[in-house]
Amino acid sequence: MNSDKITKIVLFSVSFIILIVAGGMVFSLVGGAIPAFKTFGLGFITSTHWDPTHGQEEYGALPFIAGTLITSFLALLISFPLSFATSLFLGEYYRNTRVAKILGTMVDLLAGIPSIVYGLWGFYVLRPFLISIGFENQGFGVLTSSLVLAIMIIPYATSLSSEIISMVPNDLKEAAYSLGSTRYEVILHVTVPAARSGIFAGYILAFGRALGETMAVTMLIGNRNIIPNSLFSTGNTMASVIANQFGEASGLKLSALISIGLLLFVITGIVNWIGKLIIKKMS
Amino acid sequence: MNNNILQIKDPILSIQNLSVAYDKNVAVKDVSVGIKKNTVTAIMGPSGCGKSTLLRVLNRMHELYENIQTTGTVLLNGEDIFKMSPIKLRRKTGMVFQRPNPFPTMSIYDNVIAGYKLNGISQKKAVRDEIVERSLRDVVLWDEVKDSLNKKGTFLSGGQQQRLCIARALAFNPEIILLDEPTSALDPVATSRIEDLLIKLKENYTIVMVTHNMSQAARISDYSLFMYLGELVEYGKTKNMFTNPQDRRTEEYLTGKFG
Amino acid sequence: MKAISAKDNISLRTKKDRIFLGLVVLFSVITASPIVLIIFKLIEKGYKQLSFSFLFENTPDTMEAMTAIASNKLIPGGIANGILGTLLMVGMAAIIAIPVGIITGVYLYENQRKWMANITRNVSDILQGVPSIVLGLISYLWVVKHVTHGYSALAGSASLAIMMLPMIVRSTEETLKMIPQTLKEAGLALGIPYWRVLFGILIPTGFSGLMTGILLAVSRVIGETAPLMLTALGSSVINTNIAKPTSAIPLVIWEFYNDPNMVDLIWSSSLLLMIMVLSINLISKQVAANRK
Repeated sequence: MNSDKITKIVLFSVSFIILIVAGGMVFSLVGGAIPAFKTFGLGFITSTHWDPTHGQEEYGALPFIAGTLITSFLALLISFPLSFATSLFLGEYYRNTRVAKILGTMVDLLAGIPSIVYGLWGFYVLRPFLISIGFENQGFGVLTSSLVLAIMIIPYATSLSSEIISMVPNDLKEAAYSLGSTRYEVILHVTVPAARSGIFAGYILAFGRALGETMAVTMLIGNRNIIPNSLFSTGNTMASVIANQFGEASGLKLSALISIGLLLFVITGIVNWIGKLIIKKMS
Repeated sequence: MNNNILQIKDPILSIQNLSVAYDKNVAVKDVSVGIKKNTVTAIMGPSGCGKSTLLRVLNRMHELYENIQTTGTVLLNGEDIFKMSPIKLRRKTGMVFQRPNPFPTMSIYDNVIAGYKLNGISQKKAVRDEIVERSLRDVVLWDEVKDSLNKKGTFLSGGQQQRLCIARALAFNPEIILLDEPTSALDPVATSRIEDLLIKLKENYTIVMVTHNMSQAARISDYSLFMYLGELVEYGKTKNMFTNPQDRRTEEYLTGKFG
Repeated sequence: MKAISAKDNISLRTKKDRIFLGLVVLFSVITASPIVLIIFKLIEKGYKQLSFSFLFENTPDTMEAMTAIASNKLIPGGIANGILGTLLMVGMAAIIAIPVGIITGVYLYENQRKWMANITRNVSDILQGVPSIVLGLISYLWVVKHVTHGYSALAGSASLAIMMLPMIVRSTEETLKMIPQTLKEAGLALGIPYWRVLFGILIPTGFSGLMTGILLAVSRVIGETAPLMLTALGSSVINTNIAKPTSAIPLVIWEFYNDPNMVDLIWSSSLLLMIMVLSINLISKQVAANRK
């Protein structure tokens, strides 16, 4: 009996560690962000001015927030037809076949490629290709980074969606077939509506993943602190500015970067939470 | 005081005013009964009557679940089971479950002495070998597996696996063996072998078995408990209960008026 | 009611059906193509540089690289400092994250309905979604600033450990949930204390599931660059002092990328990194398959 009690205590206390880490994170981020917010107030979020020169420091996060949201959203848009088609391939048309297994493995591998490798490939392969078909700005910019980002998030959206699609009950589909529907019509009118929330949740989670992506985007977005005004414009994201400017940051600059980290944390947290809520609602 | 409950002299297990409730639902209502040593006692009743709950109280496995309250006493050989350490109690009682569940990562040999091994009790190899052989012989499995003791038990048939689980329970030489519908997942041939086994085992052990199969109870049990909605409706010699049930509910159950 | 000309309608619908299938297949192939393209590129440009010495020598400095390029030779040196740094930091992260993750996973498995466990589970899920750069930031604030007073391997592994933790927690809980309840009951019914049931029956039975989760977590963090940039910083030599800046394969790649003389080395280093990630993935798939 005694050992059972001890076991219970150990289990409980060790699980506390993760709570402490998470709580500590929030605490440190907020604490580190306070100086910046104190100095610039809410203007921090709306200002586009970023000047680290000593003596006239001023920091505003809007370009980065815009850059992050725009690239992630664009990536989602670009990846949508590709990952939707792939999830239909894996979960509906070729479910349980050898081809699907191979394709599934290949898509899984996409998720395993490190971000920096995507960045290198984007820089040395994709960019020259885009320049050759007429991109400006040396091929850097929002569209380029969104393209690579889209490839990176496809596996996340696909794996969840294909699973949900494959779980649509057979009898629902059979009912539609017996009424003379074509496969396309069954997918359109039965399968997709039934799997709707799962598919949606998959994209929300993919979006959350895109928001936090650092290396690949840093290498392709051009790193200019402006709000992008076109697809081909360069810009910057929250994650990349932290990575790039962290160097010997201290004092107010460090606090500004931490604030951006806090914003990133909050935004990704909310997006992921919404995704998980939808998944929970389904089961 | 329910007159339809046979009084047993010097019962090995004495259940007194036992009530069990989960949250607000009372699963077992004020049951008092004595189990006789070296017999097979069947606990019968329709689904939800509390028979499995009652069985699990006897080795305090019911405590695995949250929000469960028990009142009353259970005495094993005169000792209050709620006052002794559950680990000690569980070594005096062996339990066999509905679906055969040998430990999949252990060999047949290790499964039989799992009770000792996992308790950190180390013994000389000769002692261990003897325990394993004895237990496997007791369940009439020794000849079938003696050359494959180091193989994992999963290649055995359902019936053999269940006998292995019984052997595992016997290794500690428990006083009471508790079985929860032990043959409901087995085919008729395996079932009848286990039934024969239980009749043989009662010479050395006391068997308490939950069954939803009335004919099984009629075939092998000496005494039967009939439970309905948590209450102990009737208890007595099986032969008498089946030929001359005292309570109307018992009669209706036995004649199949409700499942 | 006007009857629909059934014949026309069907042929149109059939055409739509076929076109849709064609699009699905086309897009699926497009989706899979980057993996092929990327791997081929890495092999094409990287295999020349891969050799024994590549694995065992430290990164060259920019002068050596420049002279080698000028005389059209292969750049000397290797990425040993990166390889060892990665092994060191991922190893330390694993040592921290595996026990904590498994025990937390067990806690969640045993307490499915308790509110405290639910909060812990939700926190773990949230933590899993935090961008790695933010974890690097945190590790900087905690370890670099207050523990090692400078960039260090310890800080690097701390950020990796926080990344691995939620993955291991989740896979442990899911694995244990798939073990039939009756095995646990059989163990307890034998009078075995719970912790022995856990370590003697449940964990061995769920071993391949737990292993898969751990391997996947490792393969995920091996390629991480961003958090290490803020914590381990990098080093041109092999470092075994955990309180000092340390290199790692992704950091080495980043250095090469930023140095015009060493740019050619990025391919072989990336190829090596990919080989490591793919091998671990393959091993974990094997482990999962062996479960059957």
